[in-house]
Amino acid sequence: MIELSHLTKRYGNHTAVSDLSLTVDSGQIYGFLGPNGAGKSTTMNIMTGCLSATEGAVRIDGCDIFREPDRAKRLIGYLPEQPPLYLNETPEEYLRFVGEAKGLRGAELERQVEEVLQQTGTREVARRRIFALSKGYKQRLGIAQALLGNPRVIILDEPTVGLDPIQIIEIRDLIRELGRTHTVIFSSHILSEVQTICDRIIMIAHGKLVAFDTPENLEKHLLAPNEVTLTTDAGPDEVRALLRDVEHVTSMAVEETETGLVTACLGTDLPDVFDLSRAVFETFAGSGKVLLGLTVKKANLEDIFLELAEGDDTLSAPSGSEAESPKREGDGL
Amino acid sequence: MTAVLKHELKSCFHTLTAYVFGAGLLLAVGLGAMLYNIQAAVSNFEYALSYFSIILAVIVPILTMRVIAEERRQRTDQLLYSLPISAAQVIVGKYLALLTVYLIPMCVVAVYPLIFARFGDVYLPTSYGSMLAFFLMGAALIALGVFISSLTDNQGFAAGVGIAVILLNYFSVSLSEYVSRTAFGSAAALCVLVLILGAVIWHLTRSELLACGVCLVCMAGIAAVSFADSALLEGLLPGVMTRLSLFDRFNGFVNGVFDLTSIVFYVSVIVFFLFLSVQSLEKRRYN
Repeated sequence: MIELSHLTKRYGNHTAVSDLSLTVDSGQIYGFLGPNGAGKSTTMNIMTGCLSATEGAVRIDGCDIFREPDRAKRLIGYLPEQPPLYLNETPEEYLRFVGEAKGLRGAELERQVEEVLQQTGTREVARRRIFALSKGYKQRLGIAQALLGNPRVIILDEPTVGLDPIQIIEIRDLIRELGRTHTVIFSSHILSEVQTICDRIIMIAHGKLVAFDTPENLEKHLLAPNEVTLTTDAGPDEVRALLRDVEHVTSMAVEETETGLVTACLGTDLPDVFDLSRAVFETFAGSGKVLLGLTVKKANLEDIFLELAEGDDTLSAPSGSEAESPKREGDGL
Repeated sequence: MTAVLKHELKSCFHTLTAYVFGAGLLLAVGLGAMLYNIQAAVSNFEYALSYFSIILAVIVPILTMRVIAEERRQRTDQLLYSLPISAAQVIVGKYLALLTVYLIPMCVVAVYPLIFARFGDVYLPTSYGSMLAFFLMGAALIALGVFISSLTDNQGFAAGVGIAVILLNYFSVSLSEYVSRTAFGSAAALCVLVLILGAVIWHLTRSELLACGVCLVCMAGIAAVSFADSALLEGLLPGVMTRLSLFDRFNGFVNGVFDLTSIVFYVSVIVFFLFLSVQSLEKRRYN
C-alpha cells in the first residue's frame, strides 16, 4: 500500500531522516514510534506530500507522491500534529471546503460530510465555531477531514497529544474503528498506546528505522527472557553458596531487602530460561530452604524501545519490501 | 481551485477585510467624484479615480495581508499541502477571490459615469478606459500583496511592508527627479537592486550558492557595461523608477491615452508576482 524507498531528508547539515525503507500493507493499524526529534513527523509529512525528500521515493498504491501528487494524495487522509483548522468557521463549513478540495461535489459531498460528522462524533457541534470547541473535538474534526474522500490510508501524527484521559480513550477507540476499514498509520511516543492498538510497530530513532514488527514478535525476539529473580528467607551467604553450584549461571546479584528477605537476580546463557528456574527450584528443594518467589523477567515494549533507541547505531535497518522483521547485528535475530 | 476560491471569498466576508476594502475604495472614489464632478462640475470621471488612487496603498495591504500569512500562522497551510491541489491552484484560487472582492466596489463605481452622463457631457470611453486601468493597477498591487503575504506568517509585517512598497511605487516618479543621473549612480543603484534580488533568491531557495552566483553574474554584467560604454547607464536609474511606476502608467489613461503596453505591463506584473507567490509556497515544501 505504501512503499518508502531509501527516504532521506536533510536540513543543511542535519539529517532528519536517513535512508528509511519500509513497506506498509493494507488493512492494518501501524504504530509509528520514536522519541521526540526521531523524525516521525518529518517522515509523515514526506509520505503525505507536505514535504519534499532529499533522496528516495514514496509510492502510495504504486503512485509516486512526488511525480503524481494528485493521484497519490487522493489515497491519503492526513492529520498533522496540530489539527489544521480554520477557527472562525463551523465544522460543517470546514468539512465542506476540504471535501470540495478533494473533488467531492453536490449530494456526494453532503453525504460524506454527514457520514464523517457521525463517525467522529462531531455532529452535535457541527454548527458551532471551531475556536469554541474543546481540544478533543478539534482533534476529532482533524480526523474527520482526513476521512473525507474515503482515502485508503489514514495517517495521524500524534492524535492523542494534549488530550485528557477520557478523550484519549475516545480517540483510541476511533482509531481502532478506522482500522477495520482503512490502513491506519499513527505516530506516538506513548508506548502502551501503540502496544494496545497496533497490529505492527515501526520504530525509528535518529531518523533511522530500528524495528518493524508486531508488538508480540518484538517482545519475543528482541529481548528474549534470560533472567530469573528469586525471593527467599535464607541468608545472603547461604543463597550465594547454593547458587554457586547451579550450572549456566552467568551473573548473580544478591540483595537483602528491608523486610529481611533476600532477592537474587540470575542471568543465564541457556536458550530456555525455564531450564534455569527448574535448576534453581531443585537446588533449593534439595537443601531444604524455602523459595518464596521465582519469576522469569518478561520484556515489555519500553525496554525494547529504550534498547533500540539507545543502540540504534549498531542496528541494521531492513530495507524495501523485505523489511518485515528487525535485524540486530550480532544477535542473529 | 474553485474550492479555494469559494473558501477564500467566504473568509474575506467572515472577517472585516472585504468590508474595509470596499468601504475604503468607495469612500475614496466617492470623495473624488464629489470634489471634481459635483462641486467643481468637471465632466471627466477619470479625475475622480486618479485623485485618491493613493488609497490603494492602504486598502490593498489590508485585503492581502492575511491571505497566506494567516494560513501559516494557523498551520492550515499543512492542510493545503496535503490536499490534492497544487500550489498554483491555491495561489490562483486565492487571488481570484481577492479580485472578486475588488470587483464588487468597482461594479458600484462603474455606475457613477452613467449617472453623471444624465446631467452633463461625460466622455465615457476615457472614463471606462481609466476604470479598466484602475482595476488592472489594483489587480497588480493585489498580486504584489499576495506575494508579500506569502513571505511571512505575521500579518502586521505583511501589511507594513505592503504599504511601504506601494507608497514607494506611488512616489517613484517624484523621487526619480532627486536620484543621480550619472552612470556611477545608476551602477551603484543597480548593484543595490542586485543585492536585494540575491536576498530574495536566498530567502526563496536557501541556497547561498545560487543567490551569490546570480549576484556575481549581474554585478559582472553591470561592471562590463560600465567599462564598455558608461553612457548606457546615464539616466538609467530615474528611467527605471519611472517605468516601473504602476501609478504613472495609470495617469496616461487618465489623460485620455489607452496605452496597450501599459495593459501588458500590468498583466506581466500580475503574472510575475503570482509566479513568485507559487514559488514561495512551494519553497516551504523544501525547507
